[in-house]
Amino acid sequence: MSTPISYFVVVSAMLFAVGTVGVLVRKNALVIFMSVELQLNAVNLALVAFSRMHGNLNGQVLAFFSMVVAAAEVVVGLAIIVTVYRRRQSSNVDDLTVLRG
Amino acid sequence: MEVDQIVFWVFAPISVGSAIAMLLQRNAVHAALFLVVNFFTIAVFYLVLGASFLFAVQIIVYAGAIMVLFLFVIMLLGVDREESLLERLKGQRVVAIALGVGIAVELIVAIRAGIGFATKAPPDFDEVVNRGGNAAAIARVLFREYFFPFEVTSVLLIVAAIAVVVLASRRRQVITRADAARANEREAA
Repeated sequence: MSTPISYFVVVSAMLFAVGTVGVLVRKNALVIFMSVELQLNAVNLALVAFSRMHGNLNGQVLAFFSMVVAAAEVVVGLAIIVTVYRRRQSSNVDDLTVLRG
Repeated sequence: MEVDQIVFWVFAPISVGSAIAMLLQRNAVHAALFLVVNFFTIAVFYLVLGASFLFAVQIIVYAGAIMVLFLFVIMLLGVDREESLLERLKGQRVVAIALGVGIAVELIVAIRAGIGFATKAPPDFDEVVNRGGNAAAIARVLFREYFFPFEVTSVLLIVAAIAVVVLASRRRQVITRADAARANEREAA
């Protein structure tokens, strides 16, 4: 393999930054959630790249665990979004002002 | 130029480009489809990095299950709404993009300081670490060193499944036999 590992980590950093901007900019709760998924994937990519760099599989196993946790998180998060939508008829985060300080 | 370099330089722009395209789509379905493209490119990176098991898991779990779930919920909540471009906080978008560029630059500087841009992986990963195939090698690590966390994740999945059933179920009015009899009496009277 002749590609430097740091290139993969740089791509991962860029994807993480794009995900961060997505969370900050978008209004639709579903798209915000998708951006969070993008961030999780970016970190997984960094973990796998570092696992390759250090020549052991701990990073890959950690990425595997984070996938399991992400799957559970997606299921619960989407159920919450559906519940909120049922109550408010909206998935726009600007409309959810009950907890406004 | 070796094969893995060509693969990287083909897929890295697609990966970052599809992520940015996801941000720019006002329609949630289009955003989800761009995210699927992004997940596939990340799966290709896993393959190049010698993680063939995670390559399969990424496609099955992320590009398959999770994105189908997302699309299902988007369809359930209505696909025809487009996001309003109205800003509640003035200048939020500009500040957010500036902060995003800032975090990207900061992370890249940190990578340069931490591992440098030229660090190459040891060449014998597939022969030494992935001996007997990547899936078998992962199984050796997972079921020896990480056996307890693995069992904990199974509990986590069950708890999540139960939580979703509780969250998503509508409270129905329970009609008992006594209620029905009373209603019948009222009708008869």
